[in-house]
Amino acid sequence: MLPADLKPEQFNGYPPEARKLVTGHVAALQQLPLSFLPSLLREVIEYDFKFPAERRALENELANLKSLSAEQIKDWFQGFAQILLSSQLEHSDWVNAPGQFVEQLSSYLWTTHQLDAFRTAALAYADRLRAVAPPELPPARRLGITVIGQGVATHDEPLFRKLRAHGAYFSGVKPENGLELLLNLVAARAKAHPVPYGHWYIDGGQAAPYDPVLTCVSYHALESVRAALSGKIRAEIERPGMGPEALRTILAQMRPADLGLGKAGEAVLDRFQVKLLTEGSGTQVFSTTFAQWAAREALRRAQPLTLLVRFAPRQRQKPMNEMLSASHDVAELDPLGSLIDADMGAYYNWLNLQRLPGAEQSSFLVWFEGHHEAIAIGPSLPRGTESNAAAGLDQLLAWAS
Amino acid sequence: MSSHCSLQTAKDRARLAATRASAPQELARQLACSRREFLRRAAGVALGSSLLPSSLIARAGISTNKRKVVVITFGGGARDQETFAPEGQENIPHLIRELIPQSTFFTQVVNRGILGHYVATASLATGVYETINNFASLPPEHPTVFEYFRKDLKRPASDAWVVAPSNGFNRIGESSHRSYGPGLGARVILPKHLLTAATSGGGTDYEHLLRDNYETPFYTPELGGGEFALQQLGMMLKLSVDDFKTHARTLSSPDELSVYIVRQLMRQQAPSLLWITMHDIDIAHAGAFSLYVDGIRRTDRLCADIWKTIQSEPEYAGKTTLFILPDFGRDSDDDSGGNGFQHHRTGDAPSRTTWMMALGAGVREGVVFDRPMESTDLVPTLGSMLGFSPALAQGKPIPELL
Repeated sequence: MLPADLKPEQFNGYPPEARKLVTGHVAALQQLPLSFLPSLLREVIEYDFKFPAERRALENELANLKSLSAEQIKDWFQGFAQILLSSQLEHSDWVNAPGQFVEQLSSYLWTTHQLDAFRTAALAYADRLRAVAPPELPPARRLGITVIGQGVATHDEPLFRKLRAHGAYFSGVKPENGLELLLNLVAARAKAHPVPYGHWYIDGGQAAPYDPVLTCVSYHALESVRAALSGKIRAEIERPGMGPEALRTILAQMRPADLGLGKAGEAVLDRFQVKLLTEGSGTQVFSTTFAQWAAREALRRAQPLTLLVRFAPRQRQKPMNEMLSASHDVAELDPLGSLIDADMGAYYNWLNLQRLPGAEQSSFLVWFEGHHEAIAIGPSLPRGTESNAAAGLDQLLAWAS
Repeated sequence: MSSHCSLQTAKDRARLAATRASAPQELARQLACSRREFLRRAAGVALGSSLLPSSLIARAGISTNKRKVVVITFGGGARDQETFAPEGQENIPHLIRELIPQSTFFTQVVNRGILGHYVATASLATGVYETINNFASLPPEHPTVFEYFRKDLKRPASDAWVVAPSNGFNRIGESSHRSYGPGLGARVILPKHLLTAATSGGGTDYEHLLRDNYETPFYTPELGGGEFALQQLGMMLKLSVDDFKTHARTLSSPDELSVYIVRQLMRQQAPSLLWITMHDIDIAHAGAFSLYVDGIRRTDRLCADIWKTIQSEPEYAGKTTLFILPDFGRDSDDDSGGNGFQHHRTGDAPSRTTWMMALGAGVREGVVFDRPMESTDLVPTLGSMLGFSPALAQGKPIPELL
């Protein structure tokens, strides 16, 4: 089937809000090339479980498509229209399974050497969409905080190497009650700027006590979900004919209830958490990867005003001799390796914060937990500078804002 | 209004088209220049001249039938900021201080194919951008370098070997091409498969040890032929199961296991064409930066170890050319579609633009070349060096090495 054949009733399988949204735009969708449309439907079908910022972006994108004339649509999508697709892709159920279509399309584009052309078309489309429907600026300046190094007593190598050029390095930070102070500050911001899913606390270990006004995700709290997921993966792998691509499809189709989640009123966050574990690579085994990926996805999708990420020690990668000994001991932790992971993760948190609207006014702080080192980045802080002045974390944040 | 918008967008489109068309090539060129600059400062290499002496191989005084070639794929791809850039050089001290000063170094090797490890390694080995499913147990569709080598030069099976990290590489040695294929390829040795056989299957307790493919960490292809693997161990590598297991306990990674097997292979079989695929760096897919960097450091050390072995083994010393190259790079931090070092999924210029070094017999030392070349150029170059004709390969011989 091709997009021109689309009819409103073909979306009957979509969740209610998604169905309502998409059926109002069928005429515009009919004009889009098949190399593009399922990517959009993949977002639409998840509409009921999206964060407010994502919903608004999707609504704006559809409204823009609806406003374009047939000639303009042809112009906007000519790059996509030149992508040649297989009849197998055309005959797949891309309306009801757009995610699977996109997976197959990706593989097909690589195989047929059309990935670069697709990439060019996608970049051009994104540029044009951004020009006509600019992302909305945040109601308050964004703040990112990353806490690294939990459990590390000493560390000789310099930290924050990738971030130092962008902000001010402090070596006289007062560490007392630092995490509590930061969580209180973040909660105060949440109360001052009450925005749904606007203020997050992500912990790579067990979350410290926090104000429920914050949206919290922690690696520890998902322990039973991770165990359930591992069990399902093992069971799937043992089935005859199972391969990595089929497994990936099964993972993408997993829902919170399949893994023991599904409390009333938590559908959006539950779906987000399941995706972290089923779509993220390494999030199931390394807490540092989980924290970084959760932060990346929270920033990309929810576009929060405030994000506090605290990294925790991950399990150590097991060397060969330990694996040969078939030990069943509890996983040993690797605090120093985790510090290096988290230092890079902090840099990625900053990069991802920079990708959001209003980035030039945002502030960012990384603190070596329990220690005197931190780096602060903000519009009023000089770049590439160092200070050994004694200062609390609240003072650093005030300077950075 | 509409026509005004239309005019504006036409201009934008033209600008975008021009920008996008030139961007990847320009980025690749910039990467190459940066690499050259880094190398010039760190390793003291000089920019090579296009005016080359004729036939370096002939000048080396080694007949093609005595020449040996070892190819190492630099496991899983690493980015410049963790390797050749000033902040990354601490991770590759052996390459920088020992190997690059002895090598001819190419800074701009572009892979225009699929960026999955099996299919990209197959492309390196055939000189054609293969399009086989990266995760299926399929042979390359075009003849491999091993088939050209053995068929044209009438070499025995024991003269061409592949040591590969993943069970998914078990078909890399010979293609499905009807003019080549079965019986003409390389012998493939999979150290993890050997270990599985040596430990009688291992069971669930060995899952972590035998994790096979970092691109698909939950999936390990099952291979039969455990008895044959143990035969390889005993008859060809002259290793007892107990010695193998004992030594394996002292190693810290799958690539160390591979290099242990490589040394044994070089001593016992001394193949003329030996292909080693490293893989530890690809732990990056698990997202732990420290483990990725550890993998780079280990691969750096193992490359130097293999070079030392080449120099110390009588069958190899003085007549071996070593090639080291990644199959491709990794995603840059700048592409929001990726997640930095973790994957190689965006197809951006840094993930496609890699490097290659050649050192040893017939190779000029301490020179660097910036010109663009493709990863498919390796097989035709090996053909010219060793005297076989890779008729179906798409790449071109690299004149700077011939």
